[in-house]
Amino acid sequence: MAISVKVMHRPEPETTSYLRAALSGMALTFKHMVNPTKVTQQYPEEMTDLSPRWRGTHVMEQHADGRPKCVACGLCPTVCPANCIRLVGGEDDQGNRYPIVYEIDEFRCIFCGMCQEVCPVEAIHVGRHFENAEYTRDRFVYDLDRLMEQDHPSTLLWDPSDPASE
Amino acid sequence: MEPISGIPAVIAMVAKNLGIFGLVMVSVAYATYAERRVSAFIQDRRGPNRVGPFGLLQPIADGIKNIIKEETLPATASRFFFVLAPILVLVPSLVTFAVIPIAAPLPTPWGVVDMIIADVPIGILYVLAFSSLAVYGVVLGGWASNNKYAFLGGLRASAQMVSYEVALGLSLIAVLMLAGNVTLTEIVWQQQQIGMWYAFPLSLAFILFVISAFAETNRLPFDMPEAESELVTGYHTEYSAMKFSAFMISEFGHMVTASALMATLFLGGWDLPGSWDNAFWYNGQLISGFAANGAPIAAQPAVWKTLLTFGGFAAKTGFFLLLYIWIRWTLPRFRYDQVMALGWKVMLPTSLAYVMLIAMTILVLDELGMQYGFFYGLVLTAVSGAATLTFMFFLDRGRTIAGAAAQKAQKIEIKTIPTALTSSEAEPAPAGD
Repeated sequence: MAISVKVMHRPEPETTSYLRAALSGMALTFKHMVNPTKVTQQYPEEMTDLSPRWRGTHVMEQHADGRPKCVACGLCPTVCPANCIRLVGGEDDQGNRYPIVYEIDEFRCIFCGMCQEVCPVEAIHVGRHFENAEYTRDRFVYDLDRLMEQDHPSTLLWDPSDPASE
Repeated sequence: MEPISGIPAVIAMVAKNLGIFGLVMVSVAYATYAERRVSAFIQDRRGPNRVGPFGLLQPIADGIKNIIKEETLPATASRFFFVLAPILVLVPSLVTFAVIPIAAPLPTPWGVVDMIIADVPIGILYVLAFSSLAVYGVVLGGWASNNKYAFLGGLRASAQMVSYEVALGLSLIAVLMLAGNVTLTEIVWQQQQIGMWYAFPLSLAFILFVISAFAETNRLPFDMPEAESELVTGYHTEYSAMKFSAFMISEFGHMVTASALMATLFLGGWDLPGSWDNAFWYNGQLISGFAANGAPIAAQPAVWKTLLTFGGFAAKTGFFLLLYIWIRWTLPRFRYDQVMALGWKVMLPTSLAYVMLIAMTILVLDELGMQYGFFYGLVLTAVSGAATLTFMFFLDRGRTIAGAAAQKAQKIEIKTIPTALTSSEAEPAPAGD
């Protein structure tokens, strides 16, 4: 395989004009001064369009009556490579399993999305969201209520038959 | 119209002092804002735009920040001189504005008020005397910090300022010869009389003055004293908070004053095209010119004229401020020996030769009995234009004209090079790779 090289024949330094070079530089900067190329994103006002496959802060889906969809099967803490999910399951009078404790440490999480992939009832999702700044470290451990409060859209990563994860 | 006198004159003087001082301080504050904003635009950034609309309150936020920041004092610094230096730098940069007229005289019910703080007879000499005092503050600040970089910055500042003061003063001589006086009001008046701004009849002096003014104010491409790639930040390395701010205010104050001075000396000051705004105190009378028989014509000062001419003055000063910023963010810094070589080997001989040339031209024109006026200016424009072109030609080693041909010679070629990789890539990759 051959290599293409761009050879630029520049004029020798002895044959160039200082004034011309300085003035063309001034012209270039003037062009940018009056018509700057807008490359900066004004972050809080202008939001990035996140990819539909963005994996961010988790969301716990819930039933219409406000119960979490989670059945405390224990698959997500098992599959989690970062070991960031703590789940204590319980069982009610009808024999339905539900999570007593469901905590995700967003600091330990590597946002691989395997919890969403493994969930048999489409309960836990990674979401299209990244603004989770807090004042203390312990606020980064999201408990069940906080996971259910998250209202951002969840990622469209898996399940091609149901791309919106609905 | 009579000049203002008595108690109203005192009140007018206080008002002018406060007004012009405030104006200079506001210009300095917004020059820092413009510097950051324009540099941002040149570099395709946004610049400060968070404080207030378009970031217009940024200078105020900066001021508050600098006031409440901690003042540091290096343990080995000479305390007295360390504190004295910012004051020594700040004062000369602000007082020089006192002799620059900013607008046409303003008529009031009590008399006509000159739009200048002090129309002292020594005029431009006062500016030169005070602006060179600032270097003491810079040198003292560099020395008192007991820091080698600060000290080097101070040394460079003194060498550079001394070198370029010569060219600055010599390029001024051409203006003074043509105007016949050192007061800035009269220089403006003479520019109104000749019918053109001195940038044309004295074009080479204008160019030399602009270059020297850049060097005098320590702005790029001559910012040797604070060359941050070599000297951290030069003479104010050890300064913080308001003392540092004083150095910055003085730098921008020098910029504003130098811009106003360039506008006054070479772009007619507050003069606008046309003779409607001409005004000058001649034998205690405000006149707008002379009739054909030499009788003075009384001027008609008006508030709108004052406001309009002030707008003109502000626009010219603003143009030079923008030029300062624009050049700063375009041209790279000179090497130190190049700065010195330019100052002593180019600027000094050129300005000396130019003074001789202008002096001879003026002498010849006067001997021919030519009246000081537009035609007089045209002859000088031709002579200066020729001198400027010659100067440019030699400064550019004769390439000013050849440059276009050299530029055309630049071409791009795509070469395809057969490489040693060609043979090795044909072989299969080693197993397990």
